[in-house]
Amino acid sequence: MNKTALASALGSPSAFGQSQFAFMRGNAFEARVKADGGAELLRLVHEKLDAGAVPPTTGTVPDLSAVGPEGRTARTALALREATDAGVWTLLDHPLLALDVAGSPAFLEPDAVVVHPDGSWTVVEIKSFPMLDGSADAAKVGAAARQAAVYVLALERVAARLSTGPEGRAGDAAHAEATLLTVPAPSDLPTAALATPTEAPAETLGTPGAQDGIRARPPEVRHTVLLVCPKDFSNLPTASAVDVRKQRSVTRRQLDRLTRIEDIADLLPEGTCFSPDLPTADLTAAVESVPATYAPECLSACELAFHCRDHSRAEGAVTSLGRSLRAELGGLTTVDDVLSAARGETGDPTDPAVAALRRAAALRAEALGSGARPGAEPLGGTEGLRAEASGRAAC
Amino acid sequence: MSLITTLARLEAVDTGRAQPLATTRHRHLSEHPLVFVPLTTAGEAGAPLGALVGTDRETPRLLVVPQPRDRDLRFAFLAELADIVLPYIDAYAADVEAAERNETDPETGKRVKVEVELCADAPQLIVPSRSGIDFVRLLGRSMRFRRTAEQDPETPHPAPPRVPLLGRWLTHYGERSRVPGSSLLLALTDVLSRHWATGQSSLEDQHLGALLAWIDPPQGESGAEAALRAELRRDGKGQLLCPPAGPATDPAFDNKLLAPAIELYDRARTALAAAEDGIEADDRLGELTAAERQIRDLVESRTRPTWDAVWRGLDLLRALPEGAHAADRWTRDRWSFTGHRDRVLAGEPPQPRRDDAVTAANKLATREREQARLEAQEALDDPLVMAGRRLAGEAFAGEVTDVVMAYNEGKRPSPRPLVTVRTDDRPHFGERAKVYRSLGGKPQAAEFVEYVRSEGEGTPDAQGHALGSLVVLRVVDKMGRGKEPETGSVPEKGDLVCFTLFEHEQRGGAKLPDPEDTPWTHGGPPGETDAAAPQPEVQPDAVTDEDVL
Repeated sequence: MNKTALASALGSPSAFGQSQFAFMRGNAFEARVKADGGAELLRLVHEKLDAGAVPPTTGTVPDLSAVGPEGRTARTALALREATDAGVWTLLDHPLLALDVAGSPAFLEPDAVVVHPDGSWTVVEIKSFPMLDGSADAAKVGAAARQAAVYVLALERVAARLSTGPEGRAGDAAHAEATLLTVPAPSDLPTAALATPTEAPAETLGTPGAQDGIRARPPEVRHTVLLVCPKDFSNLPTASAVDVRKQRSVTRRQLDRLTRIEDIADLLPEGTCFSPDLPTADLTAAVESVPATYAPECLSACELAFHCRDHSRAEGAVTSLGRSLRAELGGLTTVDDVLSAARGETGDPTDPAVAALRRAAALRAEALGSGARPGAEPLGGTEGLRAEASGRAAC
Repeated sequence: MSLITTLARLEAVDTGRAQPLATTRHRHLSEHPLVFVPLTTAGEAGAPLGALVGTDRETPRLLVVPQPRDRDLRFAFLAELADIVLPYIDAYAADVEAAERNETDPETGKRVKVEVELCADAPQLIVPSRSGIDFVRLLGRSMRFRRTAEQDPETPHPAPPRVPLLGRWLTHYGERSRVPGSSLLLALTDVLSRHWATGQSSLEDQHLGALLAWIDPPQGESGAEAALRAELRRDGKGQLLCPPAGPATDPAFDNKLLAPAIELYDRARTALAAAEDGIEADDRLGELTAAERQIRDLVESRTRPTWDAVWRGLDLLRALPEGAHAADRWTRDRWSFTGHRDRVLAGEPPQPRRDDAVTAANKLATREREQARLEAQEALDDPLVMAGRRLAGEAFAGEVTDVVMAYNEGKRPSPRPLVTVRTDDRPHFGERAKVYRSLGGKPQAAEFVEYVRSEGEGTPDAQGHALGSLVVLRVVDKMGRGKEPETGSVPEKGDLVCFTLFEHEQRGGAKLPDPEDTPWTHGGPPGETDAAAPQPEVQPDAVTDEDVL
């Protein structure tokens, strides 16, 4: 669904946007990296990841265009198979991959995938932030690594499918794929962006597989991806190998744990609809019927963050101030609960969280001078007692 | 974040106003700081779009790059910036006082005192936000390896004369800002959020407009409402009412206002270049000036609100009294400034792209030591910070209930009085743990002896307060040489005292070897492996033709 439109319809438009300067610069850089049949890109992959292999002379760049996302994923898988068998340097420019996310397939488009002469595959991520003196902004590299890890996962599924053929008899991986492809998208959720691949691509894939016979071993998807960035202040490309094993296992675990979309859909009242054309009140009710826990990190990731933030603030949820706060406050989840517990109006004094809070409140009041204990002597201004002197209430 | 800070944030939510996190100002503020509000071009590394800069809040200098991708226009911007920043720095570099420094005598190997110059004050640079500091560092990096025509007549794109020097200074300031407690280069959002807790997350505190709205909301409005307005409200043309403090600009501004203006400028410039005679050129020059004027106005409209906000923030900070130890840390900043001044004067090359092993280890050690020093000094300066340490069991305050004179068992008995303190705090003592209190600005040490069970512990006294526990300490120093302790050096019954479990002054770690003696485990002496190669450190960055930059 289009969350940006939804957020606007809710009256809390998202603040995401891309400057056309950044957009143009990013595109120009990517075009430069992939120019001349990807010669520069293949050179970088050879240099950074596979220096032992034959140097790439003329890379093959198969045509991946096809009708619709299903067609393009199928075309991608076919090209991967051919390139793996051919054993030459091959650059797949913007391939399309499908990945099962919470029981619903999502389509992913890496910047490039390179097939090595030994038949292994490498994900290439092209970014336009600079690599200064060999190092780049850690947060941006981390984001790129997480992104690439998802592509690696999706490629691993493709590899598993190539090795087992279409019948799905040869192992768990194929079984998982079969499930993925037959899960229908929940019909009562708008699925504009989440089109369902039909059985067709699996069959298209399967035909050559059946002819060649079943592979003994799936092609290797390298867990080291290549991050390509502009060098220093120029727009010459430079690259760095990034190991994404950690991100890959984190993503895999998260994908396995995601609540399946149909389970969420089952919880929703009958007739819930998220169409941005609905009146704001209905839409708000619909969105709020899906439970969400807002945290400030959402602001940089989700279009609906401002809506959820308003909601969370209106409820007085402490998480809207940060996840770490929530962790140290025990069972107290709202601002009012915490403050009244701190003032000693509510809360169980034997609860360690409440006791700590009351102590913190007392110390804070004392330091700010409002909790002065009657009879406490104001101190002489000796240097040594400065800390107490300004608080005037050490006791 | 300590529970006290958390509580302050929640109180801010409740009251709709930011709550104090400090009772004193923990950073030194110069009388005449140089405020720098830069804007950068999205997607380009180190391509400034413009800036407001200056020391006078009424008359900032506006610098603009009408076409950020044009290298010559960028150099013109940097040259102008150098003409503003370097005289400001030079003014401080010239005013010196005599000081002493310990140095190792190269012949005898003994530590001797050397008379050196120390700059009486240092220039202070203020940027709106943390990303402004990163931008200063980036600008420094982009400039310090540039070559001027004088240094190298062959260089393809010579930089204006003072630009590499500005790059070295900005690099120094950027590096120094990584030292905890330093104030040479400050990000206003960091300093403000050190002193006030708002009712929003620390992520949202990065927005200068929203942060100021919480601290000092306009009349009749709550901080929360004003912050929301500053953060999100847009005008009829879809532009943010409170532009981001930069250096990144709002994409809506880039796409709707800036891009058309730059396109107009490019067209006017092409037209001027194609003009065939003087009269036509005059007309087209007029168009070009108008187009440039328009970009200048746009840049000013996005930087001026931030400029004003920075000065307002400085006003708010100046209203707080400066913490007692902030001056001590500022002296360290002055040493840092003087040190770099001397390196520049001695003709040393610019800072290398990467530090060698010894320099890097030294920097890390300095930052760790300064972090510990900052934490100790802030606690000693500020009861609110000390409250946090007391809550964490790292300090305790209380009333002296008993003092018993005692002596140690040496040949010349020295006083080792036992002091009993009644405290509500719960310090985490180890066996014979050392504790410290500040006595006339110097730390006095004592040893934890024991807890004493007292009658009535935990029961309310006449005023309804529960009585705290009794802690016995043995004072061990700062009592003079005689048998009897000097007056005032031992707490007396009834005194209110505050002891800390952390040390007040930081000792330096073990000395590291000179860079020439770097062991092979750490890469060996720098330059040894590639001694034949022509010094790679000062090679200018590669430039490409296609890159209009």
